[in-house]
Amino acid sequence: MAADAIVIGAGIVGAACADELARCGLKVLIVEAGEIGGGATAAGMGHIVVMDDSEAEFALTHYSARLWEELADELPSGAEYTAAGTLWVAADDEEMAEVRRKHSFYAQRGVRTEILDAQDLEQAEPNLRKGLAGALFVPADAIVYPPRVAAFLVECACRNGARLERGRRIHNMAELANATALIVNATGASAPALSPGLDIQPRKGHLLITDRYPGFVRHQLVELGYLKSAHSIDEDSVAFNVQPRQTGQVLIGSSRQYGSSDPAIEHRMMKRMLERAALYMPSIGRLSAIRGWTGFRASTPGKLPYIGRSPRQPNVWIASGHEGLGITTSLATAKLLADQILNRQPAIPLEPYAPNG
Amino acid sequence: MTRVVIIGAGPAGLAAAAAAGRVARVTVIDDNTEAGGQIWRRTRNAWTIEHPGVETKFQARVIAATQADVTIETPDSCERLPFDKLILATGARELFLPFPGWTLPQVTGAGGLQALVKSGLNIQGKSVVVAGTGPLLLAVAAYLKSKGATIPLIAEQAPAARVNRFARSLLSHPGKLWQGARLKARLLGVPYRTDCWVESAEPGMLRLRTPGGSGSQPFDYLAIGYGLWPNTELAQLAGCRLSNGFVEVDAAQRTSIPNIYCAGEPTGIGGVDMALAEGRIAGCHATGQPTPPLPNRAFVQALTTTFALRPEVRAVATADTIVCRCEDVPLSRIQSCQGWREAKLQTRCGMGPCQGRICGPAIQTILGWPHQSIREPVFPARIESLLT
Repeated sequence: MAADAIVIGAGIVGAACADELARCGLKVLIVEAGEIGGGATAAGMGHIVVMDDSEAEFALTHYSARLWEELADELPSGAEYTAAGTLWVAADDEEMAEVRRKHSFYAQRGVRTEILDAQDLEQAEPNLRKGLAGALFVPADAIVYPPRVAAFLVECACRNGARLERGRRIHNMAELANATALIVNATGASAPALSPGLDIQPRKGHLLITDRYPGFVRHQLVELGYLKSAHSIDEDSVAFNVQPRQTGQVLIGSSRQYGSSDPAIEHRMMKRMLERAALYMPSIGRLSAIRGWTGFRASTPGKLPYIGRSPRQPNVWIASGHEGLGITTSLATAKLLADQILNRQPAIPLEPYAPNG
Repeated sequence: MTRVVIIGAGPAGLAAAAAAGRVARVTVIDDNTEAGGQIWRRTRNAWTIEHPGVETKFQARVIAATQADVTIETPDSCERLPFDKLILATGARELFLPFPGWTLPQVTGAGGLQALVKSGLNIQGKSVVVAGTGPLLLAVAAYLKSKGATIPLIAEQAPAARVNRFARSLLSHPGKLWQGARLKARLLGVPYRTDCWVESAEPGMLRLRTPGGSGSQPFDYLAIGYGLWPNTELAQLAGCRLSNGFVEVDAAQRTSIPNIYCAGEPTGIGGVDMALAEGRIAGCHATGQPTPPLPNRAFVQALTTTFALRPEVRAVATADTIVCRCEDVPLSRIQSCQGWREAKLQTRCGMGPCQGRICGPAIQTILGWPHQSIREPVFPARIESLLT
């Protein structure tokens, strides 16, 4: 079978692109060097979250979150889709002002949120430390188990005639030189290796998961300080970011580092991250940790993923650079990529996501 | 003075401590409440070290190891212990091979049931079938019998010819022969069947197989052990090289990391005498004392060949037999994957609190997939311990 499209990388973004293209009738070949969903997809938290750092980020995450809601009923139980909602936790009055700003930002754009005061927050999450100022509750945000979703999307693609080739690593696009097919580079942080000049940097993160403590945490909890720390480009940073898994386990994040390509756990960063978690949830110290790991986000200078035609490689399309939002934005990425390939009208403007370099 | 940290207070660790304690400051760490190791605990009075140079820390678990220190967690504290020399005497655990019914409460490991009885389980008058492979079955059966259990059968999977050859070879190991003779006397009247293995269990009734047929056997408890699996996780975390699943050591019990030694089962399943000898060598060499000669490994080799698992035993799990007990994953779901990492990601196999310590060896034995990378915490640890 001669493929119309070759998708390189079966992380959640590549899987979603393959599914969408196969659904549209293209003959798709998916090439994956390792496991389906085995890279950043496996390492991440699986938080589906509507973000408001920029209009373009909001548009993409909001569009994608709605696509997730539509997909939810079709997902297998192993995908662990849970509409737990996000609580953006405000520690003080200054962060409470940010809660109000976010509330009105979301309200103007049709996203329902609720402002929680200190007492509401204490009731919503009894294990948070006392004395926090409040929170913004975003009820529609959700949690999934991403590797299972990636496998599900690949299965869907294959039901629509796609073919999966596992264990094959493409080192150079020239290996596909004979192909008349269009090529989708969905290799995340590795994308510049196949598309030189693409401005993507790996950004290392640590995570830790506990044994099962059902009810210890009820929503995805993110500190509002996250906004400040996550944006510092040069310095290593940590933020309080804790998630209840459907299994009752507590998943603890997060850390961000540039300039490291060593996947080893760094005790120093793990410690800083856990100290931050314990600052917000003092009783978390007594929980039993069973596994820690690291992963690499694919970050871009503009904080937005690249979704579109490569400026340098004819026939190559880029769907990479999703940083910490790859799970959330995977479904919208697939739609927007297919819109461009098939000359369909996109649901949101494409320009902000044009590949750079 | 050289600071020596020894992980494990079983035979190898205690022998190392006794040797090193003569000239060095020694700390022995064990996660049990007392010394002696998994099998030999409370079997003799000799498992105490009364040497001023030796400090013991029980109920202490190593959660992280570097080439300069170990982090240990106790029920109410956590500390880092720096060392000049580290001796890993981490022993072995039982290999569990899943079969239909292996998760019943009446089914335990052979060593596991022995440990339960030692900590208070009353088996007076209970009918206990002992099954699996290796000489440990005899020791466990003799112990359980001495505690009042009835042993209707010891089922050994190895073929009669190999077991008989092994028994004859004991003639050249007088010490082992004597141990064997004593065991035999204590097991007088207990049926010992070779070429026999457990196919499945239901409450109260076992299904047994032989190459030519099958039969039923009532039971109150089943103590089943398919041999021992080396605890190499700490050595791996510290960066020591493994070969064929065991920690690689030289004649002085040195690992590939210069100041880390390893003695006993992690270097090869050899039993108590080998563990004692290796522990002494490690303890002496780590502290600059002349080392005693290495014992003959012929007996170890004979053990390995005699009690090698037969293919039928490796295939006794059925499609819906649960293999990963932490995450309830049946064999069929694991078999649908192409390797360990995919199985972990797609089925959550090995992702529970045992960190794959039970299902890992089982899957390696059944499917031939070597186990995963090791990361800290190497045992589940309190989050506050990771903050030290």
